[in-house]
Amino acid sequence: MDHYMPLNTLPLGKKAKVKILTSDPVSRRRFLDLGLISGTEVEALQKSPSGDPIAYNIRGAVIALRSEDASGILVEEAFEWA
Amino acid sequence: MESELPIERTDPTDQLIALAGNPNVGKSTVFNSLTGLNQHTGNWPGKTVTNAHGRYRHKDRGFLLVDLPGTYSLMANSAEEEAARDFICFGDPDTTVVVADATCLERNLFLLLHTLEITDRVVLCVNLLDEAKRKKIHVDLKELERRLGIPVVGTSARNGKGLEELKDAVYHFAGRQASRTHQETALTPLKIRYDDPIEKAVGILEPHVRGLLPDRLDSRWVSLKLLDGDETLLAAMRKYLGFDLTEDPALAAKLEDAKARLNRAGIGPELFRDKIAAKIVSAAESISRKAVTTEDGQYLERDRKIDRVLTSRTFGIPIMIGLLGVVFWITITGANYPSQAIAAFLFGIEDRLTEFFAFIGTPPWVHGALVMGVYRTLAWVVSVMLPPMAIFFPLFTLLEDLGYLPRIAFNLDHFFKKSCAHGKQALTMCMGFGCNAAGIIGCRIINSPRERLIAMITNNFVPCNGRFPTLIAIITMFFAGAAAGPLQSAVSTLLLTGVILLGVVMTLAVSRVLSRTILKGIPSSFALELPPYRRPQIGRVIVRSVFDRTLFVLGRAVTVAAPAGLIIWVMANIRVGDLSLLSQCAGFLDPFGRLIGLDGYILMAFILGFPANEIVIPILIMSYMAAGNMLELDSLDQLRDLLVSHGWTWLTALCTMLFSLMHWPCGTTCLTIRKESQSRKWTLVSFLVPTITGIAVCFFVANAARLLGMV
Repeated sequence: MDHYMPLNTLPLGKKAKVKILTSDPVSRRRFLDLGLISGTEVEALQKSPSGDPIAYNIRGAVIALRSEDASGILVEEAFEWA
Repeated sequence: MESELPIERTDPTDQLIALAGNPNVGKSTVFNSLTGLNQHTGNWPGKTVTNAHGRYRHKDRGFLLVDLPGTYSLMANSAEEEAARDFICFGDPDTTVVVADATCLERNLFLLLHTLEITDRVVLCVNLLDEAKRKKIHVDLKELERRLGIPVVGTSARNGKGLEELKDAVYHFAGRQASRTHQETALTPLKIRYDDPIEKAVGILEPHVRGLLPDRLDSRWVSLKLLDGDETLLAAMRKYLGFDLTEDPALAAKLEDAKARLNRAGIGPELFRDKIAAKIVSAAESISRKAVTTEDGQYLERDRKIDRVLTSRTFGIPIMIGLLGVVFWITITGANYPSQAIAAFLFGIEDRLTEFFAFIGTPPWVHGALVMGVYRTLAWVVSVMLPPMAIFFPLFTLLEDLGYLPRIAFNLDHFFKKSCAHGKQALTMCMGFGCNAAGIIGCRIINSPRERLIAMITNNFVPCNGRFPTLIAIITMFFAGAAAGPLQSAVSTLLLTGVILLGVVMTLAVSRVLSRTILKGIPSSFALELPPYRRPQIGRVIVRSVFDRTLFVLGRAVTVAAPAGLIIWVMANIRVGDLSLLSQCAGFLDPFGRLIGLDGYILMAFILGFPANEIVIPILIMSYMAAGNMLELDSLDQLRDLLVSHGWTWLTALCTMLFSLMHWPCGTTCLTIRKESQSRKWTLVSFLVPTITGIAVCFFVANAARLLGMV
């Protein structure tokens, strides 16, 4: 599990798979509503002018999350075969 | 929150249809296309926050359609989700139509699957098929129908495609339900099966729950919610059904037992919720995998390219301010000529009215009260208000339709976070540009009560459309005059943009102060959706903004302006001692007014303008004119002369603008705050915060300028 990283550190343009939600119960529910369950693929798309929040592609929808919220989502970067 | 379900069938044979769907799926377009003009919607389409409803007929049957708030789920995580769930559960709709976005079907299926847990009587409308086609996404409707076990109809509501089929489907479905002939029901709605321990727990509860509930509530779903420990549903049942399920001792015992078993199986409350959610997500995933084929995964690329510019580090915020400026420039430049034409026309009618009253020989006070009081104020309201609104509203609606407003929220979120406020406050702020009352209602999209109150209290710092014309008129008269020709509107635009930016800065500053003092707390989590950019439908934008917004706001202004004009005239003509009542009142307010850079008349105009900000300038004109200097006014130049003859300087103009930006919310907004916050205290706070801020700022500016010898 040491190779999991918080979603907010995922570089732009990279894809990753959701592993664990460590957020508080209210945020968890909101993330589950977005379809963020274990195994869901997300992609970091675009930073806002100040660098936070960041927009992600979550199941075909573009969703912006603040860094402290995204940091509760641990992901594993998708390994790209060269 | 709306506590009632205020929908009643006007005709007992009417079928009641609930319209549910995620935000941004074109649900309102479906609603508008089905009901036409036969509806009672809120004035801010696209922001369905109360249950809008409308009627339509299809074949021999009447249908009453209720537009529910756009939500991602029915988990009652927010006021809107709760309202939508309550209507589907307790509003007793005959059919619920779930509108889904064909380009993003998987996620839209969550809401559909939630709805299917509550009721079998569901029709799925897969909208935006045209957009899906452009993005090379193919949706197999037959496959969806087979897998979901409910009727599925494809539409492109914007082009009116598929709506007849949707009406047919609802018609047949409703008819089938009414006659309850089961052999006809070839479809069996999908029921999601959860893991064994959960199903066993449900099995313990369900038979007992079924005995306690009315038929129309799904006992399986209620059992799941009991296991989930969803307090909001129990509260809703107490409200709509009048009893508390958990007070039934036998059920309470069974619930205890079922929960204990789940615990033994290692499923605590949190894991229980996760498992339910995960099951729904994976069901949606597998259904959409079978029914949706995407030829080209690059369909997001165009939007990403636009976003990379509109929200870029370097250009994001300058572009935003630039766009604001362009909108204001078009409004200011465009409003000038029609304003003068309308004024000339309406004051022409005034002369005819005067002749008419002289002809029929009414006493002078009748002519005075009706023509010089009521009519004149109305004429001013229409000529000052109508042109800027008729230009600004469509432009604003255009930006809204394009999908730009969420990008504003995305760009500004960092600042709101620093103020410990909610990121969606930027959205409610934008709604306030149109109408602060609408902005207040819009605050329902913010779930955290603390942050919602901050958004409500500070909403008044962005000027609504009732205040724009005031600002524009003052800028044009006092500040833009310095520059000549085409530069004039450029200067006006810059000034107006500056005023608006000041409003935004004040919003952030006051939010920050509130977060540190009476509304302490940390920002709650939120997810902001950036919907796809869509080509706006120009025709519909104009119709919608003119009818729903411009005429509504103007109507309200006129309703308020007529009696206000009468009051002004009466006050100007009743003499107490040597002076008219009007002068007496203005004289009383004058010392305080002067202290903050205004005068007694201006302050009185703001006070009388409490019912609607639109009438502040007209009241001011009427008061000054009634106070002695009777002029013919048909242009802003003459209006400027009138104001200057009453001692206006650039400082008076500046302070009037600042006070217009920062003073108490109008009557409608106060009532809305009272209704939304359910609290007198917070209504009072919302009244006082902008007022005190405005007085303080004006006091500071006026006295600093005087001390520095600038006036």
